[in-house]
Amino acid sequence: MWKWLHPYAKADRAYQLCNTLLPYFAVITVVCMLVGWVWGLAYAPADYQQKDSYRIIFIHVPSAILSMGAYSSMAIAAVIALVWQLRNAELAVIAIAPVGACVTAIALITGAAWGKPMWGAWWVWDARLTSELILLFLYLGVLSLYHAFEDKKAAGRAASILAIVGVINLPIIHFSVEWWNTLHQGATITKFDTKAIDSSMFWPLMVNIVAFAGFVGTVTLMRLKNEILQREKHRPWVRQLLNRG
Amino acid sequence: MNPRRKKRLLAVTAIVFGVGATIGLVLYALQENINLFYTPSELVEGKGPNKEKPHIGQKLRIGGMVVPGSVIRDESSLQVSFKLIDTGPLVTIKYQGILPDLFREGQGIVAQGVLVEANVIEAFEVLAKHDEEYMPAEVAEAVKGIKHEKPKYNLESGN
Repeated sequence: MWKWLHPYAKADRAYQLCNTLLPYFAVITVVCMLVGWVWGLAYAPADYQQKDSYRIIFIHVPSAILSMGAYSSMAIAAVIALVWQLRNAELAVIAIAPVGACVTAIALITGAAWGKPMWGAWWVWDARLTSELILLFLYLGVLSLYHAFEDKKAAGRAASILAIVGVINLPIIHFSVEWWNTLHQGATITKFDTKAIDSSMFWPLMVNIVAFAGFVGTVTLMRLKNEILQREKHRPWVRQLLNRG
Repeated sequence: MNPRRKKRLLAVTAIVFGVGATIGLVLYALQENINLFYTPSELVEGKGPNKEKPHIGQKLRIGGMVVPGSVIRDESSLQVSFKLIDTGPLVTIKYQGILPDLFREGQGIVAQGVLVEANVIEAFEVLAKHDEEYMPAEVAEAVKGIKHEKPKYNLESGN
């Protein structure tokens, strides 16, 4: 496996890999997003309690899951960047961070819009909401730390360390609804023992989660390509690429 | 793995564990304070190992289930009162204002207000809590035997 992975430590090979993967991610995103949104927003039945307002779940839940998923990927890239000192991993950290921040912001905003009609409040300082807000600040922290350094090597290292330290927030977000009394309800999808969500709502939700994952992947790959090009702009292969296109 | 990478991996792991332990201990120490609300039994019987009870006049949040049949609305104003329960004792909530859409008898709610008697709270905010179950109305009717309509409240004229 190392033999297979090693070439991608080189910037130009990683750039090519991004190019190969990008169309697959883009197609998955577009198809799943169209199917998921139409299915979820128009065809899925209304909830017995919340009626049509619950439909924001098809945006809120995927973005919340992906906010944590993107953070885990960023942290894994950060570990690789620190231990194996691969520059591409560093670039991946910084490619994911703004995407993750956006998804987290979407989760917070849709959550507030859902909370107002259902709970009666835009925002409550309960453990789930607060820890998700901290996640947003962690993303922003990683970003600003990276841009605070002139020397990009030191910047990458500092941002990676913060990304790794922030991992501790992920289990807190997930289990906050079990450990403490919160206004936010418990987990639906990972509550496997009983049927917490009817299958007519579950499947469109799944499609939407795949769509958001695809979206995060697509945008991250595009950003990663950009970061690689910027970092390597004086190298001959980038010059060649520019001359060709 | 070469020794330098091993050392770095160890350092990274140590950082994660160190920070994890610190935050774990902080959260453990703050355990009682992170809860958003008291439950009715915590309010009446006291909370934590010392059975600490909130004092009269304290601002607090309380969360529990609205006891079916306990909702009393005033006909001429927005004044409403209802009882909350979790496992044991009942707590009475008095509230003046518009209740959220999901407020129903049997529904979980969180109210914020001032404790005026040992088990009476004068609330200034009532939030509805909903569960993590989502299903179409027909399924809910079949599975739970409930039909969701806005409940009829007991009206008490005057006062």
